[in-house]
Amino acid sequence: MVAEHTVKSFDDELKRLNQVISQMGGLVEMQLQSAVEALVKRDADAAGKVVRDDAKIDELELQSSQLVVRLLALRQPMAVDLRQIVSALKISSDLERIGDYAANVAKRAIALSQAPAVKPLYTIPRMARLVQQIIKDVLDAYVERDAVKAVAAWQRDEEVDEMYTSLFRELLTYMMEDQRNIGPCIHLLFIAKNIERMGDHATNVAEDIHYLVHGTPIDATRPKGDQTSFTVVPPPPAEGAAKAAEEVK
Amino acid sequence: MRDNANGQKQGAAAAGEGLLEKVSIRNLDFYYDKSHAIKNVNLPLYDKKVTAFIGPSGCGKSTLLRVLNRMYDLYPKQRATGEVLLDGKNILSPGQDLNLLRAQIGMVFQKPTPFPMSIYDNIAFGVRLYEKLGQSEMDERVEAALRRAALWNEVKDKLRASGLSLSGGQQQRLCIARGVAVKPSVLLLDEPCSALDPISTSKIEELMDELKSDYCIVIVTHNMQQAARSSDFTAFMYLGELIEYGPTEGIFTNPKNERTQEYITGRFG
Repeated sequence: MVAEHTVKSFDDELKRLNQVISQMGGLVEMQLQSAVEALVKRDADAAGKVVRDDAKIDELELQSSQLVVRLLALRQPMAVDLRQIVSALKISSDLERIGDYAANVAKRAIALSQAPAVKPLYTIPRMARLVQQIIKDVLDAYVERDAVKAVAAWQRDEEVDEMYTSLFRELLTYMMEDQRNIGPCIHLLFIAKNIERMGDHATNVAEDIHYLVHGTPIDATRPKGDQTSFTVVPPPPAEGAAKAAEEVK
Repeated sequence: MRDNANGQKQGAAAAGEGLLEKVSIRNLDFYYDKSHAIKNVNLPLYDKKVTAFIGPSGCGKSTLLRVLNRMYDLYPKQRATGEVLLDGKNILSPGQDLNLLRAQIGMVFQKPTPFPMSIYDNIAFGVRLYEKLGQSEMDERVEAALRRAALWNEVKDKLRASGLSLSGGQQQRLCIARGVAVKPSVLLLDEPCSALDPISTSKIEELMDELKSDYCIVIVTHNMQQAARSSDFTAFMYLGELIEYGPTEGIFTNPKNERTQEYITGRFG
């Protein structure tokens, strides 16, 4: 297809919209990375910076919404242009939520930095790295208008869900072993949930990219690996608990 | 795909939709002397729906419209081959009564063309050519036509005034009233709003919405937003060929042909 509109200013405005989305995406990736680093290094100052920097992402979301409304009002876009503009609106909203979750992770990292360290900390950075990669791939797919890449990223979210499910079980076990673990484990559980939700929002972006490119929604139902809604972990046997209580005394 | 009573295959759009193919254009070619202006067009026009023809200047959309009521017969070097079936009967056949055809298939042009007579006579003139009506019957027919064209309230107290004394938008509605007075089944509108302001345009679009419950309507327009707003089906033409045809929503949200998408998004190359 001929790449450019006859009225060049329309192309310029679409480019601007693309740039805002890409900028948002880059910031979001960095925020996730910084939040998890701050968590692992127990660095409250770094975590505080992540919380403050979320305002930049919110500002970009506002910009992209305004650009979208302007384009709809003034350009009467059709077909692929219309789909691109509507998708940009949805994508920027999803990216803004991912940013919010990263800031939430940072807030809890501040709390955790003041409590003793708990064992499963390596699982969370692994989950975060996976989600970071999904976000990166989805953003590349957006820039390249590559629906195949978007769908591949969309399917990888199942792995994130599975990691979350097993982390959920693990944390429940630690909490039942020793009630001093409950405080930090609850924070970790929320952090893990936030990261899992980031993955979900990234898949929303993938679905929007598919629609943008093909004009039809993704056919299949996304495979969902989050079993925690149905998870019951039985408490350890009574004598084990009594023995643990003895050791604490 | 479903066969209708005449054994014609209907388009995918018709499958299970309860659509009636009022006009079937089959293998239509048209020539202005040696110039091949319409190339092998196949197209359904559904009853009680609005079909829009869009495309750049010279693509053949107005030519196609004018084939449907054999306007080209007025000119010696213009000819059509193929078939245009109205209710299953080929109107391109030599035996077709052209006057009757043009009562069944009415036309409204880009520039309003009221007759230089009273508003009343504008309507009555055509009716008198086909029917013998008494005074009160004719009065009723004129009123019904003007009401149908959403013009009655504005002119009921000045039916003897000249048709030319009306505003552009009113004149256009008068032409539509004139068309519906002779009880057609198809209405052809050739860029009916090009010469009108936005308010008059909206009134005509609202009128089309009402009229389509009784007629098969075809509109040629170079205003894509109008085609998007007011039609149910859209046909995109280019250099005499039918490039793409389908439900309007699909054409404007996800066209199948690259050239269609280029045209409707303003990438003219």
